[in-house]
Amino acid sequence: MAMETFLEFEKPIAELEGKIKELRHLSDSGEMDITAEVAKLQSRADQLLSETYSALTAWQKTLVARHLDRPHFSHYVSGLIEDFSPLAGDRVYGDDRAIQGGPGRFRGRSVMIIGHEKGIGTDGRIAHNFGMAHPEGYRKATRLMQMADRFSLPILTLVDTQGAYPGVGAEQRGQAEAIARTIEVGLDVRVPVVSVILGEGGSGGAVALAVGNKVMMLEHSIYSVISPEGCAAILWRSSDKAKDAAEALKLTAQDLYKLRVIDQIISEPTGGAQRHPQEMVKRVGAAIATAFDDLDDLGDADFRALRRKKFLDMGKVGLA
Amino acid sequence: MNWLTNFVRPTIRSLVRKRELPENLWEKCTGCEKMVFHRDLVANLSVCPHCEHHMRLGVRDRLKSLFDRGEYEQIAVSGVVADPLKFRDAKRYSERLKENRAKTGDDDAMLVARGTMGRNKVVAAVQNFAFLGGSLGMAGGEALVTAAREAVARKAPLIALSASGGARMQEGILSLMQMPRTIVAASMVRDAGLPYIVVLTDPTTGGVTASFAMLGDIAIAEPGALIAFTGPRVIENTIKEKLPAGFQKSEYLLDHGMVDMVVHRRELRGTLIRVIDLLMNKKRSEAADADGTIAIPFSPPSVFRGDSANEGSDLKRAAE
Ligand SMILES: [Zn+2]
Repeated sequence: MAMETFLEFEKPIAELEGKIKELRHLSDSGEMDITAEVAKLQSRADQLLSETYSALTAWQKTLVARHLDRPHFSHYVSGLIEDFSPLAGDRVYGDDRAIQGGPGRFRGRSVMIIGHEKGIGTDGRIAHNFGMAHPEGYRKATRLMQMADRFSLPILTLVDTQGAYPGVGAEQRGQAEAIARTIEVGLDVRVPVVSVILGEGGSGGAVALAVGNKVMMLEHSIYSVISPEGCAAILWRSSDKAKDAAEALKLTAQDLYKLRVIDQIISEPTGGAQRHPQEMVKRVGAAIATAFDDLDDLGDADFRALRRKKFLDMGKVGLA
Repeated sequence: MNWLTNFVRPTIRSLVRKRELPENLWEKCTGCEKMVFHRDLVANLSVCPHCEHHMRLGVRDRLKSLFDRGEYEQIAVSGVVADPLKFRDAKRYSERLKENRAKTGDDDAMLVARGTMGRNKVVAAVQNFAFLGGSLGMAGGEALVTAAREAVARKAPLIALSASGGARMQEGILSLMQMPRTIVAASMVRDAGLPYIVVLTDPTTGGVTASFAMLGDIAIAEPGALIAFTGPRVIENTIKEKLPAGFQKSEYLLDHGMVDMVVHRRELRGTLIRVIDLLMNKKRSEAADADGTIAIPFSPPSVFRGDSANEGSDLKRAAE
C-alpha cells in the first residue's frame, strides 16, 4: 500500500505493520518460513485498525479529515466525471485555484461540479493555496451556479477546506460579501444541489459550497464553525486545548447527523479514505448517484423552496 | 429568591453609588480618551463631542434614536433549543447564557422591533454586542427570520443593524447554519419586493459579515466601525505583517466598494428615512420633508463622495 504516513494515534498499527514488513522481507530472502506468523500479525493489525477507526475521537477524526493522502476534489472528478470541463475566473479579478469547477458528466447526466481543491504535493498545495479560497474563488463558484441554473444542470459541490483565506487581499476584495453571495445564490438556484463534505468543512468557507438539498459527509470528515485550534485559543485561551474543543464542538459526521444538519453519512473503508482512495471514490460515486436519483423522484419539485425550508428548519433539535 | 435582596438592595446601591462617586458622571472616550460628561454623551448618541468617535450604543437607545418619536414595539421571538450541544469550556455555556440574560434583561443578542420612520412602516432587527459579543446563534437566527416574516407581512422594509464578533462558537455547527438561515431571511424580504437595508456598526465580523450583513440592498456603515470577515489580529498572526492603516474600517470598506455610505450616527435616522422613502414611495410622500424642488442651476462639489448623509441636503442648501 502506498499509504505510509501514519498518524500519531496509529502508532501501534504502524509498529505491527513494520514488523510484518520485516518478516516478509526475511521470508522473501528464504531464510525462514514465517507465513503463519505473518498471517497472525496481519490479522492482529487489521483488527487493531478496524477497532481504532470504529472508535475515533473527535480530535482523531480531525486529523484523519486533514490527512494528506485522502482523496481530493481532483480524485473524485477523475474517478467519477466524464468530459469534465473546468472553467476559470470570476470575470472580476482573477482565477482562484482553491476552488475548481465546471460542467461534466456524472453517469451520463450533465452536471455542474464545484469544489475545493487543496492540491497534491508541495507544489500543488501552494498552487491551490491549500484549498483556502479568496473572494475570486467564491465569485467563480457563484458564476458557475448561476450558469448551472440557466442550463438546468444539477449542481454537485465537493467541500474540503480549512476555511476561507485570512489575508489582506482577501479582505480588501470582499471575502465576506463573496461568501455571503455564494450562499445566497446556492440557496437561490432552481436546480437541485447535492453537497458532499469530503474532509474538512471549515467554517464560512465551507458552508458557502454546502447549501445542498442533500448534504452528505464522509464518515471521518468534520464540519465546524471554527477549527478546534481556533476555538481553543479563543474560549480556553490555549491552543493546547484543541482536543477538548474538538469534542465540545460536535464536529463529527455522526454528531451532525444526530443534529439533522446533514442527511447522510458515507462510510469509509476500514482505516479511512486515505488508505483506500479508489474504494472511497467508488462509494462517494454511489452515494451521489442515489442522491440524484432521489431528487429525480421529486420530479418538478421546487428545489429552491425545499432548500430554504430545510435551512430554516435547521436547529430544532439539540443533542440530548 | 428574595425581593428585598434582589431588587431593592441593588437599586439602593446603584443610587448611592451614583451619588457618592461623581466621577461616574464622566466617561472616557475610547477614541481620544478625553473625559465626556455622561449626559452629553447620551444626548449625543454615544458619539464623542470632542473627536466624533462613535462608541457603542445600547440596543434600546439605538431603536429609540431611529423610530419616530422614539417609539417602537418590540416583537417577541420564539424560543429555541438552549445550549443544544451542552457546550462547556472553562465555564458552561448555559451559565454564560444565564449571566448575559441577567446582565441585559434580554433572551439573546438580537432584538426585533417595529414602528415607523418618517411615517413609513419599518421593521428593525438589532444585534446587541453586550450580549456575548453579539454572537449569532440559533436565537439570533430566529430573530432575523421573525423580523423578515414581520416585514413581509406588514409590507415594510427590514433594517438589520449588525454588531457582532461572528458566529456563536458554543452552538457549534448550528451557529454556522445561521449563515444560510439568515440569508434565507434576507431573501424573503427581497423576494417580496421590499428594501433590505443593513447598518453595519462596530464591530461586525466573521459569519455575521459573511451572511446577512453583507447582502443589503443598501449598506450603511457607521464611521470607524471594524467590518471584517477575518479579524485583524488573526490576519496579522497569519501573515506576520503589520496591517495597512485604517484596514477593515468603514471608510476603508467604502473606498473598496463594499458599502454604499458611511453615515454619522446623528444622520442615520434621516438617511434611513430618505432611502426608504425613495424605494417605497414612487412619488414623494408627505413623510419626507417635502420642501419643493432643487433650484437649478446648482454647483456640485468638486469631489463628490457618497459618504456623507448630508450631501444631498448640503447640495440643496447650497443651491437655495
Ligand atoms: Zn473622543
